[in-house]
Amino acid sequence: MPTAPELVTQSAPLMNILLFLPLAVALVILLGRKVLGVNVCVFLAVASSAICLLCSIFNLGVVGSETIRLMPFLFLDGGKLLNVGIDVLHDGQSAGMMFIVTLIGFLVQVFSVKYMEDDDAKPRYFGALSLFLFSMTGIVLADNLVMMFVFWELVGLSSFLLIGHWFHKPSAAEASKKAFLTNRIGDFGFMIGILLLFGANHGDVSFAGLRESLMMGPLKAAAGTQGWLLTAAVLCLFMGAVGKSAQVPLHVWLPDAMEGPTPVSALIHAATMVAAGVYMLVRISFLIAASETGAMWIAGIGGVTALMAALMATQQGDIKRILAYSTLSQLGYMVMAVGLVGMTGEAMGGNAGHPAMFHLYTHAFFKAMLFLGAGAIIYSCHHEQDIWKMGGLAKHMPATTLTFAIGTAALIGVPGLSGFFSKEAILGVAWGECKWLFAIGAFTALLTAFYMTRLFIVAFLGKARSESASHAMEVRLPMLVPLLVLAFLSIFSGYHFLGGPLKAMAVHGHGEGHYTVMGISIAALLIGVVLAFVLYKGKDKDPVNIKLFANKFYIDEIYAGLIKVFQDGLAWVVTGIEHVLVDGLVARLPAALVAKVGQKARLLQAGQLQGYTFLLGAGVILAIYVIVFVLPGVGH
Amino acid sequence: MSALEFIIFIPFVAALAIWLGAPARTTALIASTINLFWVLLLALRLPASTGGSELAFTSRHVVLDNPAIAFAVGADGVSIIMALLTVLVTFAAIWQIVDKPAMYHIASLLISGGALGAFLSTDLFFIYAFHEVALIPTFLMIAIHGRAEKEQRLAVAWKTTIYLGAASLLLLAGLAWAVIEFSGGGKLTFDLVALRAQALASPLPVATQAPMFFLLLLGFGALVSLFPLHSWAAPAYATAPTPIAMLHSGVLKKFGLYGLFRIALPLLPQGAQVEWVQQALLVMLLGNILVIGLVTIHQTRLDDMLANSSVMHMGYLFLGLAAGTEVALRGAVLLMFAHGVSIALLFAICGRMRNQLGTLEMSKLGGLGSHAPFLTVVFAFGAFASIGLPGLANFAGEVMIFLGSFTNGNAATTFIPANGLTALHWTVIFSLWGVVISAVYMLRGYRAIFQGTPQTGLFMSDPARGQWLPLVLLAAVLLLVGCFPSLLLDLIQAPLANVAPVTP
Repeated sequence: MPTAPELVTQSAPLMNILLFLPLAVALVILLGRKVLGVNVCVFLAVASSAICLLCSIFNLGVVGSETIRLMPFLFLDGGKLLNVGIDVLHDGQSAGMMFIVTLIGFLVQVFSVKYMEDDDAKPRYFGALSLFLFSMTGIVLADNLVMMFVFWELVGLSSFLLIGHWFHKPSAAEASKKAFLTNRIGDFGFMIGILLLFGANHGDVSFAGLRESLMMGPLKAAAGTQGWLLTAAVLCLFMGAVGKSAQVPLHVWLPDAMEGPTPVSALIHAATMVAAGVYMLVRISFLIAASETGAMWIAGIGGVTALMAALMATQQGDIKRILAYSTLSQLGYMVMAVGLVGMTGEAMGGNAGHPAMFHLYTHAFFKAMLFLGAGAIIYSCHHEQDIWKMGGLAKHMPATTLTFAIGTAALIGVPGLSGFFSKEAILGVAWGECKWLFAIGAFTALLTAFYMTRLFIVAFLGKARSESASHAMEVRLPMLVPLLVLAFLSIFSGYHFLGGPLKAMAVHGHGEGHYTVMGISIAALLIGVVLAFVLYKGKDKDPVNIKLFANKFYIDEIYAGLIKVFQDGLAWVVTGIEHVLVDGLVARLPAALVAKVGQKARLLQAGQLQGYTFLLGAGVILAIYVIVFVLPGVGH
Repeated sequence: MSALEFIIFIPFVAALAIWLGAPARTTALIASTINLFWVLLLALRLPASTGGSELAFTSRHVVLDNPAIAFAVGADGVSIIMALLTVLVTFAAIWQIVDKPAMYHIASLLISGGALGAFLSTDLFFIYAFHEVALIPTFLMIAIHGRAEKEQRLAVAWKTTIYLGAASLLLLAGLAWAVIEFSGGGKLTFDLVALRAQALASPLPVATQAPMFFLLLLGFGALVSLFPLHSWAAPAYATAPTPIAMLHSGVLKKFGLYGLFRIALPLLPQGAQVEWVQQALLVMLLGNILVIGLVTIHQTRLDDMLANSSVMHMGYLFLGLAAGTEVALRGAVLLMFAHGVSIALLFAICGRMRNQLGTLEMSKLGGLGSHAPFLTVVFAFGAFASIGLPGLANFAGEVMIFLGSFTNGNAATTFIPANGLTALHWTVIFSLWGVVISAVYMLRGYRAIFQGTPQTGLFMSDPARGQWLPLVLLAAVLLLVGCFPSLLLDLIQAPLANVAPVTP
């Protein structure tokens, strides 16, 4: 029996501010937006995220790990029957992730002030952003799986609200619904995984408790004799990550989520929320390490996602969609890294660092930067998103172009930039564990270099191909500053001098074959870039046309068909059966018989009303009669 | 006189006053407000007065010596939670604007008083009788003021009447059987406390418990629309006038489960565990969740969808019963409360939409979010609560039922890996798929009605500020209980099953 440490509610002002301040702001905006006015709402949101950023910088110096109870949630009989709390696990992993979330959250809010200038629902937008920060903080700080699930769902809600910000647009409304429902399918598995562990570990699903139990408690016993249990639990939890981090086959919601405002895409659908799945997997990496089958599946799904998404990205025309598929592909990398590390049988994460967390961290900066850059372009080009209608933007928007180039270079892994180091760390593990996955990873790196160079050439170089592109103007400072900060981090966040306080993030590959790996990935980078230049330099339309990739392997169409046949078809059939059989046998047949009697009763009675009253009155009288006169007789 | 007796009789007195000519809306509002605050006060005083483990605020008036029937009232955590639900929904239902105030308010008050009587009495005879009293206005209002053509609403009213009448008779038979068996040839008693004490001291043989429990399960179950005895419910809710739909689906329907938790389970604890009873229950509740879940997806009108969803969600309450652990049972009590509040909120909004729009066919609606932002937000509260979003009350109840199906605290786990997954665990897993199904129909509905481009010729406005209060109140309760479930859970200090509460 694991003896969970006594958790009493503590006062932890920093943690309370970090978690509850954004919630308070969201509630204030929801209730008081009319009274406060638009500007106050915006100010509250931006100011609160600045405060949260300061708090999380202050938290960075953590050593060791501690658990702090903020409040009990499901708590029965003094915790003996059920004890689930809102507990904070404060260690290197959560502190580092909090820094990413609050920093990008703050920058995105600053960027949004200008970007959403003309929107007439600004309070709703900033309120939902605050709600998102609250939910995301909850996931990051969570000390147990139930709490993580709670905030996991809330993140889904805030994502729903933000994707559907322009809810009168049918495409945005559909996309928000699709995102929520696809995530729900993943959460179905997540919940089963939680329940399996909750039952097997006697009601303790805190990360520390599970880890301890796996070493010398009920989970160890179960893992020894019931191997299926851990594998099933790991794969079920992984299903949650497949939904949230948009892995194949539940990836379909993420590209559609681009219907939301672009700063939202930067924050939620690139840097933070979609990384929550990876974050969760790293939190349970000790479980994954204990289940070889589980680890292999995770690595495989990650690899497939990385490759398929990169292939799809090569044939898209919408700038946000290219970036969205790129995000999918990079998330695939991270998930693959989680699986590969699990296959080594070694538990990482926490304060130890993890290649997946390293890539999550560098990716957060350069991908947020790329999305905000795309936002700046879309803003300047009057909501034009098609790269084939851009072109020549380098001349009109030099600063944006520079930052975008830095982001691109970091993403494709140009040596010396942050993305290079983190990609190296993942490929290094792949080289040691599974050459097949290494091959997929290296080929994906080639594709990444290819599609990003294609994007850059088509949108920024050459000459303008549309009216709006030729009139594009450089964005003002409020939008430019976030870009510059992120560009700076895209360059330097892979180095140790920044990694000092963020040590838990940076892991540099030094394994066997280190130089081979580096050589192969630099070669892949060069091939990709050169290929893109050869194919796309000076082109006015796409010279390559691969229907399969452009149509995303037809997966959306297949799903639509499946839903039509299985869900709606089944619903139709079941409704028919229910109506005919169940209602018919249980209700209508007896009813028809009674109706005959009813007709007689109607003849006796003057009107309908008296009919019911009579029937019921008779029933009550009969009941009283039975109770008072018949039962005593039976009793004696 | 106990405070509980006042609480039970205030609605009846108010109904009488209105019938005699008192101003309908004012009288009803005063009565429901007094009740709301009074029950709230009692709930706050409950832990202090008895530690929550015994019946509090008891009172007893002997009506008959043999068989022993007394008008006895008393409350513990579970009954006070149900009473809170009743007064809360009554308050919101009475606040609705209606065209014939006297009739509507009398009906609502009678249902409210009957429900309070059923939840707060501790004598089987009165528990049963109060419930019947509450049913009568339900039927009448469907027949007279139902929302469909006369032919159709009469048919619905008849169906409901006959169905629930038959269920009540089944229930009566089961209760009578139990009373006779427990008397063991001695004096008959209908006193629930005495019966529970006896069940504890000398339990019935399991061979008797099992069929008796099953009979009660069918009788009580039909009242809660347990599959396949459910087909009265959806048409009844879709047809009933708004306040009646709120009160019946939100409050009165829960009586069946309350009876199972309060009467059947404590009197026949082993009967509930017998394998064939368990298996039958699991199959039936999956019928609620999966079959009715799919039926709900198929609905095209908002009121039909809400009515069916209410039937579907009863499956989760029965899952709590089937799991039978303390955690799951308390979760089910919490979910009863939460579901009552959320469905009442949704039906209240649905009623207003019907009045303003004239149609609830979802394909003809759209974009109402821009017309009526306030209603959109409160509808979202209800919809997301009912699909189990954490932070709103329903989630806390549901997740406790799920968790409780796998373990019951440190002491006893119901999940032994070496034995694999039992039928109960598989049922939980299938039920979890129901959570996906609920999200599908609720979000489809939300998408069709509130999002998208506004349809031409359709207009809906937010209600006047004065009409906000009940909706805001219900939404706030969902949020408050969802974030702090202990507010309600702490009221239950004694195990729900097995141990009889003791009268002081």
